[in-house]
Amino acid sequence: MTVSPGEVLGIEGHNGSGKSTLLRILATSIRATNGSVHLFGRDIRQHPDWARGQVALMSFTPGLYDDLTARENLVFAANMLGRGHDGIDGVLERVGLLRESGEKVRTFSSGMQRRLALGRLLLQAPRVLLLDEPYNSFDRAGVALVNEVVREVIAAERGTAVIVLHDRHSAAGLLDRVVTMQQGRFVDATAPTRVVEHAGPSLVMGGAS
Amino acid sequence: MSLRDDWRRARAVALKDLTAERRSRAGLNAVTFLGVLVLMLFGFALGPDTEAMREAAVGAIWLAILFSGVLAFNRCYQLELDGGALEPLLLYPGSRWSIFVGKVLANLAFVFLVELIVIPVAMVLFHVVVPGGALAQIAVLVLGTIGFVTLGTFYAAMSSRSRSREVLLPLLLFPMMIPALLASVQASTALLSGDLMREAGAWVRLLIAYDVIFVAASLAAFEFAIEV
Repeated sequence: MTVSPGEVLGIEGHNGSGKSTLLRILATSIRATNGSVHLFGRDIRQHPDWARGQVALMSFTPGLYDDLTARENLVFAANMLGRGHDGIDGVLERVGLLRESGEKVRTFSSGMQRRLALGRLLLQAPRVLLLDEPYNSFDRAGVALVNEVVREVIAAERGTAVIVLHDRHSAAGLLDRVVTMQQGRFVDATAPTRVVEHAGPSLVMGGAS
Repeated sequence: MSLRDDWRRARAVALKDLTAERRSRAGLNAVTFLGVLVLMLFGFALGPDTEAMREAAVGAIWLAILFSGVLAFNRCYQLELDGGALEPLLLYPGSRWSIFVGKVLANLAFVFLVELIVIPVAMVLFHVVVPGGALAQIAVLVLGTIGFVTLGTFYAAMSSRSRSREVLLPLLLFPMMIPALLASVQASTALLSGDLMREAGAWVRLLIAYDVIFVAASLAAFEFAIEV
């Protein structure tokens, strides 16, 4: 399986088919027992730390600190990433949480928490976005925001996005290709839905499981 | 990534943990209360014999710190586990040992704060008078605490994914703490009695060796201990 720069790949499949596991392998969160993953030509098992600088994963749970405020969560992320704090207000405004930036995340709805997780992705500015069911808990505006962020990363970093989803409807117009997974394997791939300019692979998965 | 970056990441983790702890406060209250409770139970068990209480004071203080510290260590990865934040934390680019250093710094601050409350209470309850050499006593306390907190933070990472982590952590930690506990208690007791036999120095050297070995080993092994 090869994903090209500028391509948005959708992954579908039943519960337990291995979609989230695949994303976590790509993010270097877990090691593949078989196969290999090459990111921009480098084996991520050999260069996990470098890979973490290229990839950002938004998993099913937002992964925030409940007792910290929205701003403190982003300040922590910026400190961990070695970024300055100047862009934090802009990110908060972008995800629609500037007014609530001083409130504890504990008081946020699940949709607001996912917006903040999306803001953390924006701070990270990755070349490869890995999104696990990103549309969950989002209203229509939230869905549009997710799609905007994906387009922005693709445009700015000549990046790639891999999106695990159950419903293609929310990502309509965004996906170049959709593959189906079953028991840890790709079983079906639809043709690209829009033209992609190929310039060498950004992500190559060789039977990772 | 340079050492400066690692230090920045360690500081960010420590500040985040301490901010969250300051907000909830439940942890500090519970841990301090347990420490004082252990001291009181020791006091009741030893009876009204003032001399016996004074002799047992250092051991009682260290056991109170050990029990309350374990409660703190069990909580230190809870912040990440509750909100599913452990995975994002581990996926930030940079060395993972800087996360460990941050956790150790936060736990050190926390345990020192508990000691600041528990030790004066113990001195009153057990009729302890420090005859001088308070700096040496503080040095022993700091050395013992560094070893205890480093090892506790490491084993807390190891046991954090286990459903029975509350039980697992003391089972892993306490046997490994025996040399440090023995050295700390012997050094402090010797100093309290004026160190007539000049034996405190040997115990302090043992404590330093213990700290160096376990700090280095924990830093090297943390990446494997925390892996998902």
